[in-house]
Amino acid sequence: MLLNNLSLLIGNTFMYSAPLIFGALAGVISERSGVVNLGIEGMMTVGAFVGAAVGYFSGNAWVGFLLAGIAGGLFALLHAVASVTFKADQTISGIALNLIGPGLALFLCRLTFSGATMTQPVPHKLPKILGGAQRNIVAQNFNFDITVILAFAAMIVLWFVLYRTKWGLRIRSVGEHPAAADTLGINVNRTRYGCVITSGILAGLGGASMTLAVIQQFTPTAISGQGFIALAAVIFGKWTPQGAYGACLLFGFAQALSVFPGLAHTSIPPEILAMMPYILTIVVLILFVGRSVAPKSDGLPYEKGVR
Amino acid sequence: MEKTAKILKKPITSTIIAIVCGFAVAAIVLAAAGYNPSAAFGALFSGIFSKPKYISNVIIKATPITLTALSVAFAYKVGLFNIGAEGQYIIGAVAANLVGYLCNFPPIIQIPLVVLSGVAAGALWGGIIGFLKAKFGIHEVLTSIMFNWIAFYISNWVVSSARFHEPNSTAAYPVNPSSYTMLLPNWKTSDAGLAVLKGHKALREVLLKTDVNFGFVIAIAAAVFVWMLLYRSTKGYELRAVGLNRDAAEFAGISVNKNIIITMLIAGALSGLAASMVITGTDPHRISTLSAFENNGFNGLSVAFIAGSSPIGCIFAGLLFGGLLYGGQSIQANIGAPSEIINIMIGTIVFFVALTAVIPKLAVRLEKRGMHNAAK
Repeated sequence: MLLNNLSLLIGNTFMYSAPLIFGALAGVISERSGVVNLGIEGMMTVGAFVGAAVGYFSGNAWVGFLLAGIAGGLFALLHAVASVTFKADQTISGIALNLIGPGLALFLCRLTFSGATMTQPVPHKLPKILGGAQRNIVAQNFNFDITVILAFAAMIVLWFVLYRTKWGLRIRSVGEHPAAADTLGINVNRTRYGCVITSGILAGLGGASMTLAVIQQFTPTAISGQGFIALAAVIFGKWTPQGAYGACLLFGFAQALSVFPGLAHTSIPPEILAMMPYILTIVVLILFVGRSVAPKSDGLPYEKGVR
Repeated sequence: MEKTAKILKKPITSTIIAIVCGFAVAAIVLAAAGYNPSAAFGALFSGIFSKPKYISNVIIKATPITLTALSVAFAYKVGLFNIGAEGQYIIGAVAANLVGYLCNFPPIIQIPLVVLSGVAAGALWGGIIGFLKAKFGIHEVLTSIMFNWIAFYISNWVVSSARFHEPNSTAAYPVNPSSYTMLLPNWKTSDAGLAVLKGHKALREVLLKTDVNFGFVIAIAAAVFVWMLLYRSTKGYELRAVGLNRDAAEFAGISVNKNIIITMLIAGALSGLAASMVITGTDPHRISTLSAFENNGFNGLSVAFIAGSSPIGCIFAGLLFGGLLYGGQSIQANIGAPSEIINIMIGTIVFFVALTAVIPKLAVRLEKRGMHNAAK
């Protein structure tokens, strides 16, 4: 019984964290290159809709997943144009994307699904790692969605790229001191464009891993706040892929706990349980983490020749 | 040339260009989806202006988002990004609802008591964020997001608690009528009131069919207060100095940490005030179970940015936003185009507000070129 409960909790933790992890990695890559990305929520919603819609019409969840990434990347291009080319206020641009993204997703949803704000369920979800339903409850609970593995892989890849390759060094230098990077011949604008678009791709995949793995369709509340939680995870994780990953697991655990049946008949109100992780986050920040320092040029447009 | 440059340098020019771009993009999207844009905009405008009660409802809709926008704009001027307005609003609504339900004094005491309890709760919620930033250096965006969710669950907890939950509903018990801030709440439904209103069609429609209340007057007063505080007081000078350059301000002997806490207290109070005016001024005068954020605070972010963080600008941007939100419903009702076109439009306006910040810079360049040519 204990084993069953424990495995359920762990399984749900990973299930709920996968979309958050993609979203948080999206934030990490963008902000390490010096572009604040508050638009993760909007990008995830676009990915969530495109993933579910394409998954439904093509009957193939992988095609949906892939196109969700591409759609997220294209959508992020708007943010890149605003923040890199136009040197606009990145906070404002990100907030704009959070309005346009869900607006566009619901608009297109109503057009393609005869006025409904949710898509039809996709015929096949993304596969689970052990294949179909397992007879053993513990095995079933550990039968993760493939997106859980992909999210972990994405974290490893991003960590490797950022800290073990010359590309990563370039990205980080552009985020810390773009003028110095520029004098060394690194194309600041091109690097930032690349990072913001990659950020959109990751966020799009995150949205799709919600609508193609956790649930089976796009609904108006499929993405409701995950993008902001991802943003919080970026800061909590001090702008590192591994830190953000850990923070997302904590938030995923929180969500798993709030739907955990074992706590249903305790005297603690479910709302109090649901808010514990957020309180816990604050406590952890005060006691152990402390000052969070963003990449030095995060949020600052780069203008050549300006000191 | 110089004249053009002068016009382009004004912030209002950029805002107007952004609004025009928002309408243009919405028209393109509508046309691409096979709807007639001019019919859609016709429906939008008649949904805002064609009846007195529509105009009244737009103002009612604009009230909370104008106040949360002030909260965001004020903090932004001090270099803080108050994404926590949503949570401050929610907690303000909880406090106003509870105090308004538990206490029942004559209106002269009851109304200030209820309104101020919402304000105090919002201020507390914002103040904690400021304190955590000042004392422990924790990023305000991170704490704001956490406190939004904590407020969300506290609100749902209160609604579902045995003490406050109204049976057979998804809401808490409403506040006592002595807390109402509508215009003449008792008189307008009394016999004498109805007799007087009979002769005034527009007035009757506005008073009886909408919850016309004092909220927007309070919002305007709050905007003037924030403007005075920022631009006509010593404290405001300090606050703006902190916003422009934290290190320089510290060096000049201004306590950055103290000002951060004060700023977040005031910002939270403004968001709490937004909630107080909604609870006391509009039906159903109570909080309900939240399934998702209602965006009163998040919309304030957009309004503040459309206003370019100007306190007085927030009033007009709030009315614009309120009008689009309210009038947008008639687009779907009349021509069948998804009402989400309004979200796309508002988002586009905000996006172009970010982009058109480049215009004043171009104007400076234009001006320089003009002077250069004149020198030749």
